[in-house]
Amino acid sequence: MIRINGLTHRIGATPILHDIDLTLPRGKLIALIGPNGAGKSTLLRLVARLEPLQAGRIEIDGLDLATTGTERLALAMAVMGQQTHVASRLRVAELVGFGRWPHHHGRPRAADREAVEQALDAFGLTPLRHRFLDEISGGQAQRAHLAMTFAQGTDWLLLDEPLNNLDMAHSRTLMARLADLVGARGRSVLTVVHEVNYAAAWADHIIAMKDGRIVAEGAPETVLTEPVLSALYDTPIEVSRHDDRPLVLHHHWHDQLGSPFPKPSDDTLRVLH
Amino acid sequence: MNARPLAAGLALALLVLASLGTGAARIDLAAGGGWTTLVLMESRLPRTLAVLLTGAALAVAGTVIQSLVRNRFVGPDTAGTGESAALGLLGITLLAPAAPIWIKMVAASLAAMAGTALFLAIVRRLPVREVMLVPIAGLVLSGIIGSVVTWIAWEADLLQFVGTWLGSGEFSGVIAGRYELLWIAGAAAGLAWFAADRFAILSLGDGVAIGLGLSTRGVMRLGMVVVSVVSALVVTTVGMIPFVGLVVPNIVARIMGDNLRASIPVVAAGGAGLLLACDLLGRIVRHPYEIPVGTILGIAGSVIFLWLLYRPVSHG
Ligand SMILES: Nc1ncnc2c1ncn2[C@@H]1O[C@H](COP(=O)(O)OP(=O)(O)OP(=O)(O)O)[C@@H](O)[C@H]1O
Ligand SMILES: [Mg+2]
Repeated sequence: MIRINGLTHRIGATPILHDIDLTLPRGKLIALIGPNGAGKSTLLRLVARLEPLQAGRIEIDGLDLATTGTERLALAMAVMGQQTHVASRLRVAELVGFGRWPHHHGRPRAADREAVEQALDAFGLTPLRHRFLDEISGGQAQRAHLAMTFAQGTDWLLLDEPLNNLDMAHSRTLMARLADLVGARGRSVLTVVHEVNYAAAWADHIIAMKDGRIVAEGAPETVLTEPVLSALYDTPIEVSRHDDRPLVLHHHWHDQLGSPFPKPSDDTLRVLH
Repeated sequence: MNARPLAAGLALALLVLASLGTGAARIDLAAGGGWTTLVLMESRLPRTLAVLLTGAALAVAGTVIQSLVRNRFVGPDTAGTGESAALGLLGITLLAPAAPIWIKMVAASLAAMAGTALFLAIVRRLPVREVMLVPIAGLVLSGIIGSVVTWIAWEADLLQFVGTWLGSGEFSGVIAGRYELLWIAGAAAGLAWFAADRFAILSLGDGVAIGLGLSTRGVMRLGMVVVSVVSALVVTTVGMIPFVGLVVPNIVARIMGDNLRASIPVVAAGGAGLLLACDLLGRIVRHPYEIPVGTILGIAGSVIFLWLLYRPVSHG
């Protein structure tokens, strides 16, 4: 369980997070949604101890973030940031191999090699294992980073927009793998997702953030509703149902669209068509 | 697959043999004799070892500093480190002229560390995307510290003294008893290999490094120690050796990537080989006179560097 109490964060004088209290249950696939700039990455980075705590308290499975060594925390949670580009010229298998580093500190054992092979295989990277990261596509590199995070084998996975750059098939595979980690192996996942339908289809629990505050939290049915989503994203959003889960219809033009962009004129639409 | 390391090892061995056989004094390696042994043990072997240690240590220090700043266009010689070491040595020479050599080396290393820390602090504040600002910052810093050294030395009438550190490095003065401190530089490079995974992980970014449980500050500090000790000992023993720490890590990374555990030994061998080849060239071109290896490298290194700059870069 991750407990967050009184978490407040500023960058310079600008408040980014306002006194957040949040409890993330174990054994669930938790999706964090919200508009750009809501503070999702900041919250995730604070939980992942990538940013120093300014005020408040965070506890992960009983480990107090402020007093637990970073080495110990690397065995409790694995993190993937929003920005995964690296300048380093590593081969795919070498990058994934570093996911095991917290376990062996330079002397991999059979179990470590096995975990790397499984992670490579899970993301379809076995054929690319000897390729350099700067010589593969953006989505392939994203999968390599995900595989590294998986290889770390921790109880908690914190992922910031893992679907970036992934095509439809790989997006779905990733969500299925996350659901499998949670369902079959009792792991816990917190992931930032922009495409709310992936959250609708796979998440057990959804947290909605806006302007540095938690505005809604609960099962997909309770959070992915027209009033909540429309207020969250400041634009009218329609929600339907499919397979007993919410299906968010946000991709098409909406007549009541109150977005900062004016509705295209008929002329523009004709040109576009 | 295994032919390449073998060929490289053979080439290095041939260079070593050539180096042992080349110099102003005539000796016959095959025949042997007292004179030959004397020249070998007192001059040729120390010189060859000094060149190998210097080249290897500088190239490894280059790999380390490049991973600390995540930029391929810097070397230990373009980060203000050597000039800072000279400043430290000058300071201790003025304050305590009679201090034993090890105290002087410690002073030079500490000053080099302060200079490297300053460089890292500056670089960390630069926008990440402005790749070329990092080497420019290094050159500006080197220039400023270098002119402070020159100014103090001029005031104190020690210009000739600092000239040997800040001028083109050379090995002609190396004899037994005057190069052994370079073993410490070699040991520092060995330390870098010991911590190779940590440097490789750090170059993946602070986020990844912390996520994997690494103390980024600890690794930065270790890297600074390696770079500073190597620079300080090289500058004070043989002078400024340019380009080795810049071009060798670049070439090796292009061929075998940045898995430093595997590449640092190759970087070390490459640095040793390049420097020995240049030193040998300097001994042969105007035999029996010598051209300083720093001068040869100034030409060879800049040509290689320009080639590295203009080759097509993959993915920004
Ligand atoms: N380095 C920074 N300096 C100043 N403000 C920042 C900085 N990083 C983030 N912010 C601000 O903090 C707020 C939260 O940013 P954060 O990255 O957490 O948002 P997010 O919810 O992850 O957004 P996105 O969906 O675009 O990734 C934003 O208003 C952003 O402008
Ligand atoms: Mg974000």
